[in-house]
Formats: sequence, structure tokens, C-alpha cells
Amino acid sequence: MGTRRPPVDHIVRTRDLYSSLGHEPYRWVHHGTPPPWTRLARPLRECRVGLVASGGVYRAGQIAFHHRDDVSLRVIDSSVPAAELRTSHFAYDRTDARIDPNVVFPVDPLRSLATAGVIGDVSPRAYAFMGGIYSARRVRETLAPEISRRLAADQVDLALLVPV
Amino acid sequence: MGLIARQVEADGIPTLSMSSALSITRAVNPPRAAFLDYPLGHTAGKPRDVVLQREIVAAALAAVEELDRPGAVKILPWRWSDDDEWKREAMLGGDARTERSAEPVYQSETDRRLAQDRGGCPTCVFL
Repeated sequence: MGTRRPPVDHIVRTRDLYSSLGHEPYRWVHHGTPPPWTRLARPLRECRVGLVASGGVYRAGQIAFHHRDDVSLRVIDSSVPAAELRTSHFAYDRTDARIDPNVVFPVDPLRSLATAGVIGDVSPRAYAFMGGIYSARRVRETLAPEISRRLAADQVDLALLVPV
Repeated sequence: MGLIARQVEADGIPTLSMSSALSITRAVNPPRAAFLDYPLGHTAGKPRDVVLQREIVAAALAAVEELDRPGAVKILPWRWSDDDEWKREAMLGGDARTERSAEPVYQSETDRRLAQDRGGCPTCVFL
């Protein structure tokens, strides 16, 4: 076992990188207040799990994301073959995600866990968008309520959120 | 994603946020998180390692029944490699960023043609 290093500080790294490129600083929202909390209504093995991912995933045939504060959403059937998933994103190395999209959109593991009875089922629809959106206001006012409404309509018991 | 986690949770659906950026997760402070100390772009595991991916997602989901304090983070046990040399490189930060365009950026020209030939995208939601 080699030297252990602490987790990479991506806030510092991104700030330095953006300023070196002449971009405006990206500001993550800082929440000092405790987050809201909803108890799981049933055991995990009975839960319908809904996948929400921000790695810029789309399905072949869908319109890809653009890279200037795109707040749009892609609805993807959770029965999708992983081979039909694509990635479009400006801010991370997509090499491995293009070899196997499950590293940012874990639909195969979820299906496998449902088959094994670890979870109840996978919600029929997954939701994908592209993170790195500068405007927290647009996320708060448009994207977040839209995703929340759709998960509720899908009768999801637990949302699995996968940022990049 | 932190804003979305809070909204969904406030609306009555429990959330579990996976993470490979601990500092960001601590800042945005989602209801529950599972941290995997991997390079960005591998939030849910390594490519083509089906067994590992399944273990990681299962361990993350299990956190929902383990964490009982708002804002708690479960630290997952896996390491990317036996040494942490990749972190030094990540901190120095080669730039993987591409030019910011307001046009859709397709993974391939084939995808672009496929999307254009369909002449519309009923599963795309523009807000």
C-alpha cells in the first residue's frame, strides 16, 4: 500500500482552474443549515429507486446537451441498454464513462440489485442533466422542482442522485 | 446536485447522493451522501467492473438505512489504486474542459444525425 493522501479538494481545484482560464469563479451553494429529512417509508428491499444523474448522459437519438448553462433534462427509460448511453459534458474526463456509462449512470447495477431483491424495483424513468450550471437560481426555480415533480409522479420511494 | 437533493427531500422523497468530491458534498450539504474516493467521472465505480459497480451502489443505497442524522456522509471503503498518486495529478489539474458552446455537443457525428433525422425529441425537457 502506497502513501495515503486526503481526498482531492475540488472546490480549490476548480477555483484555481477557472481563474487560470479567465472564467468567472464557479460558486457551489454553501448550506450551513441542516438539510431537510424524509424517513424511508418502507424497507430498502421494497423501495422503488429512481436514478437522477448529472454527468451529461443522453440516449442515442436524443438531443445532446450544450455546454453553456444547459438546464434541460433527458428522460431515459431505465430499461435502456447501456450501449445506447452517451455523455456530453465540458468539465470531466469522459473516457471511462464512454467505455462504460454505468460509472456515472449506474443503471445496470440498479437492475441487478432489483433482480436480487436488494431493492424493490427500478423506477421506469431515469433523469439526466448536465451539472456545472452557474445559476443556482435557475436550478432552484426550474430544474429542481421539475425533477422532484417527476419523481413523485413516478411514485419513487428513494432517489439515487449521482453527480459527477 | 445538492440543491436538487434538498428539494426532492423537502417534497417528501428520501435521497441518497453519491459523491466523489467530499469538499463539494460538505459544502452543499445534502440530506444523506455516500463518498467514494475516486477520480471525477467515476462516481459509481470503474468501467466494466460489474461486480465492483454493484457492490458500490449497494453500499451507497444501504447508507439510507444506516444514516440517521441529516447531512451525514458514509465513507465507502474502496480505493482507486494501492497508492494515491492519481490525486497529485488531479490537484495539479490538467484541463479536460472543452470549449463552451450553446449548440448541442454530441459524442459522435452519428448521434447528431440520428437526433436530427428524428426531427424532435419528446423525451428532452427544455425548461
